Amino acid sequence: MAKTHVTMKVNGAEVEGLVEPRTLLVHFIRENLQLTGTHIGCETTHCGACTVDIDGMSVKSCTVFAVQADGSDIITIEGMANADGTPSALQEGFRMMHGLQCGFCTPGMIVRAHRLLKENPSPSEPEIRMGISGNICRCTGYQNIVKAIQYASAKINGVEFQEAAE
Amino acid sequence: MIPGSFSYHRPASVADAVKLLTDLGEDARPLAGGHSLVPMMKLRLATPAHLIDLHGIANLKGIRRDGTNLVIGAMTTQHDLLASDEIARSAPILHETALLIADPQVRYRGTIGGNVANGDPGNDMPALMMTLGASYRLEGPSGARDVPAADFYQGAYFTALEPGEILTSVSFPAPVAGHGYAYEKLKRKVGDYATAAAAVVLTMAGGKVASCVIGLTNVHETPLLATDAANAVIGTSLDPATLKKAAAAASAIMSPAADARGPVEYRKHVGGIMVTRALQRAVAIAK
Repeated sequence: MAKTHVTMKVNGAEVEGLVEPRTLLVHFIRENLQLTGTHIGCETTHCGACTVDIDGMSVKSCTVFAVQADGSDIITIEGMANADGTPSALQEGFRMMHGLQCGFCTPGMIVRAHRLLKENPSPSEPEIRMGISGNICRCTGYQNIVKAIQYASAKINGVEFQEAAE
Repeated sequence: MIPGSFSYHRPASVADAVKLLTDLGEDARPLAGGHSLVPMMKLRLATPAHLIDLHGIANLKGIRRDGTNLVIGAMTTQHDLLASDEIARSAPILHETALLIADPQVRYRGTIGGNVANGDPGNDMPALMMTLGASYRLEGPSGARDVPAADFYQGAYFTALEPGEILTSVSFPAPVAGHGYAYEKLKRKVGDYATAAAAVVLTMAGGKVASCVIGLTNVHETPLLATDAANAVIGTSLDPATLKKAAAAASAIMSPAADARGPVEYRKHVGGIMVTRALQRAVAIAK
């Protein structure tokens, strides 16, 4: 099958490549661009480990073709840190609140939570749980992931994070 | 899991897309959000030789008022529906239903056109569109035509779409102010299709149900209108006996498949419960 030339912006850098139409975006990101932070979990659009941000939308990159992302602006987990390289509020939250155990779901969780907080900087706990309902974690039971996002929300809003009483 | 090889086309107009679909014939499939088709392609259960991506057609997206009608472009995503003030104001049941489809990531990609045109009995929008009295604009090699949602579904994955035709928009009369509505969906987990679901739109007058339409999702090979059930509640104040009668009338027309969501009798039983809950909630909302 003839290959197609695609260009896109990934984490602020212009990138290009030759892809078959059937090449999934997640494979282009991991194999062509060597950005292996985006994980392949279920490959069936359920687990959210492959979530990337495309033009301001959280998208499961195992379910779009690289040719469809031609010309788009993408952020992956590698683009989540602050400009000076320090961890973002979300990354810090996942560390401080123990929002990960094995870490496999974490890139998708952070990229998804990034868009959630852009759209709603002060989500309630139910809004957080609904907001990450397309991401599956098999370790944490989600509690500490929710706390990590609450931590980031507080930091973004310049208020002190207070853990809810359990 | 990698799909089989295919050629990718990205037309810029409906006319170009129709021409591609017509010229390429059965081996070509239109691609909307892709969140039903791409997983099927990865499993090699779908092996189209050509994909006609509709994302390049700008005028297929958007929500607008046309007199008393709401017109929604086929490529409008579930996320767009959720973000729309017009939908929240004029047809809140659409907002409620969109929120029960899949998960946030899928809703950024999944489109209303794909949801209604695919003919998957598990999809939520078809029964809702029938409940709202929607019609679908189909554009093909011999021009455009409008087909009522109620006449569109012929069987699982069989619809009124002819070869070369694309569903380009849905339109429906905005429900009257003060109407009651509810979409009740039983599902095993986020992202699952309905074990059974029911849509209700009704109006009240003097404490009695003045009009009522009930639609059913995933309890038959096509979406259903539960006409007998709706007629059973009109003119009543939805007392317990009437609710029971309506649920029984709705269950009577259900013929769900026995699958991982449960045996036939269970799905019919919970289907009746979804009708009951939707009616109760709709009445509580109605003014």
